[in-house]
Amino acid sequence: MISRRNFCKKSMLLVGGVALPLAAFELFNPKKLMADKSDEAKVRWVFLVDTNKCTGCGFCVRACKIENETPYDANVSRTWVERYVLTRDGMTYIDSPKAARDGFKTSKIDQGEGKFKEIKGEEIDKAFFVPKLCNQCENPPCVQVCPVGATYQTADGVVLVDRSWCIGCGYCIMGCPYGVRFFHPVYHVAEKCNFCYHRISRGMKTACVDACPFDARKIGNIKDPNDPVTRIIMTERVNILKEEYGTKPQVFYLGLTKEVK
Amino acid sequence: MVHGELWTVKELFVYPNEYIYWTIQIVMYPFMTGLVAGAFVLSSLYHVFNVKQLKEIARFSLVFSFALLPTAMLPLMFHLLQPQRGIEVMLTPHFTSAIAAFGIVFSTYGMIVASELWFVYRKHFVESALALRQIGDRTFSQHIRHLLFSALTLGAMDISEHALEKDEKAVKVLAGIGIPVACFLHGYAGFIFGSVKANALWMTPLMPVIFICSAVVSGIALCLLTYIVAMELRKLLFSWKRKQRPLYTSADELKSTEVLTVTMTAKYLVMFMVLAISLELLDLIFRGYTAVKSWDILRSVIYGRDFINIFVIQYGLGNLVPFVLFLLPRLTIRRAVAGTILMLLGVFMMRWNVVIGGQAFSSSFAGFMHYHLPIWPETMETYREGLFGALTVVAIPFVLFWFLDKIMPVFRKGAD
Repeated sequence: MISRRNFCKKSMLLVGGVALPLAAFELFNPKKLMADKSDEAKVRWVFLVDTNKCTGCGFCVRACKIENETPYDANVSRTWVERYVLTRDGMTYIDSPKAARDGFKTSKIDQGEGKFKEIKGEEIDKAFFVPKLCNQCENPPCVQVCPVGATYQTADGVVLVDRSWCIGCGYCIMGCPYGVRFFHPVYHVAEKCNFCYHRISRGMKTACVDACPFDARKIGNIKDPNDPVTRIIMTERVNILKEEYGTKPQVFYLGLTKEVK
Repeated sequence: MVHGELWTVKELFVYPNEYIYWTIQIVMYPFMTGLVAGAFVLSSLYHVFNVKQLKEIARFSLVFSFALLPTAMLPLMFHLLQPQRGIEVMLTPHFTSAIAAFGIVFSTYGMIVASELWFVYRKHFVESALALRQIGDRTFSQHIRHLLFSALTLGAMDISEHALEKDEKAVKVLAGIGIPVACFLHGYAGFIFGSVKANALWMTPLMPVIFICSAVVSGIALCLLTYIVAMELRKLLFSWKRKQRPLYTSADELKSTEVLTVTMTAKYLVMFMVLAISLELLDLIFRGYTAVKSWDILRSVIYGRDFINIFVIQYGLGNLVPFVLFLLPRLTIRRAVAGTILMLLGVFMMRWNVVIGGQAFSSSFAGFMHYHLPIWPETMETYREGLFGALTVVAIPFVLFWFLDKIMPVFRKGAD
């Protein structure tokens, strides 16, 4: 006959053992995580944007939407182009209507809430376009904050989302300083640019790179010293976005100025 | 339509993918966990620190804390776009994420409250089970109650003096362990926000501490309010019963215990409020003084767009007015009710201003987003992320409390 004390002890042990998720053991085994990163990969995808060449045609946005099946009319996009207009009175006007899917059809600046700002040509000091996409950070905050590990970094540096595992909490969207993440209107899970991972892993270029008529977008492998993109990054003056967040972004820009957000 | 588009209005330059993704339910989440933690701390003041005057409210707030517990999780389930996968947080927790600890902290805390309740009510369970056992010809409901209470005793039928002393000791230990766990449960809700480096308003190491202090304020305030309402109802009930049976406790006797409890609890309430406001003001002053890159946009949100919400409703109506109400001498029940309601409003607005205010500006620092709370639940989305979803979350703990009170009577002892 089992005593009550013993019964209580044993059942507590059983409950405790069952309640402790197996994954909790990972907490005590960081080596496993370390091993994933210490593995010297031969490929590290990076991106190069030459803002001097961008004309804001929006071909990249269109190609991306079609290639990656982001609903065409939905007001979200994996990539977008921003227009910057700096005037003589020191003001900066920025817009990206419909993520610049149709380019910039009017010179009026979209101010939100249905308002548009007309700026006369002689008032403009400088104006330019800046394409944006996921920075595939070396230290991605979105991966850090995902509570279930549905978003992860591949060995070649690209951050992916597992649509079958994402719970849709939106923490990654909040965690991204660049605003590249959103909820997919059809799958209702987190969505982001993945450098067209299905294409680049088969030796193709991303849809946006292929669609750009002015060669403003380039993708390359920074581990390959002979890659033309690597050579530009190594030898020219390139910049990155929002360095202060410590995310180590891997999209490099030529011709970036301080006004770019 | 994209998730978030319905209630977000963009002004100036906002990144195309930016919307107000965290809405009313994420306001409710820290508000409700705060109430849980606060209610528990209040009950522990009696159990651990032996604040005798709080005896009456301690038992009440412990049961109420338990009733509030499921609603700490509910807002999250309402908010998730894939609620059926919510369990994954427990199954495959990704420990670099602040949210991953939720399952562990939440269930640990739940177990502590449940076992503390068991020790507090064990005598009642045993007595009820024995009394029902005496009845030879039980009706169906009596039969069910007998089964329930017998099960709740877990076979521990010993209610001798010695055994009850041991129970009390166990309650004390559990309440003692419970305080840090309750603070952790809530402090970590603050950490969820405080650790988001992409959000200029949220990111501060003070966030968890601010959250704990305001949690205790809101928890005590709600317990006090519910306690007063329950006591008033009982007074009505007793004066009605007294007309039929003059031997019942008089309403005056009830009132004197009520005033004593309220005055004592109010002291702790004011104490924690001073702590919470000091920290919040420290945070605000520090941001203004250091004036880093984000300060320009934060200033225009704090002192411009959200001025009414922050300074008039939160600090003015929600903090200053109740502060005066509670500090004026000769506290009356009516004033305490007004004070606690305003305090609850203040803490709710603090959560609102953190969660919604933190998304009132774009991370481009060049534009703003305005939030329009969906009122009428036309679709599932507008219900979940709208006014009615929030009201559901508010209503559930009271319903649960009503049920729990049937099994674990909160008041009866003092009145018999």
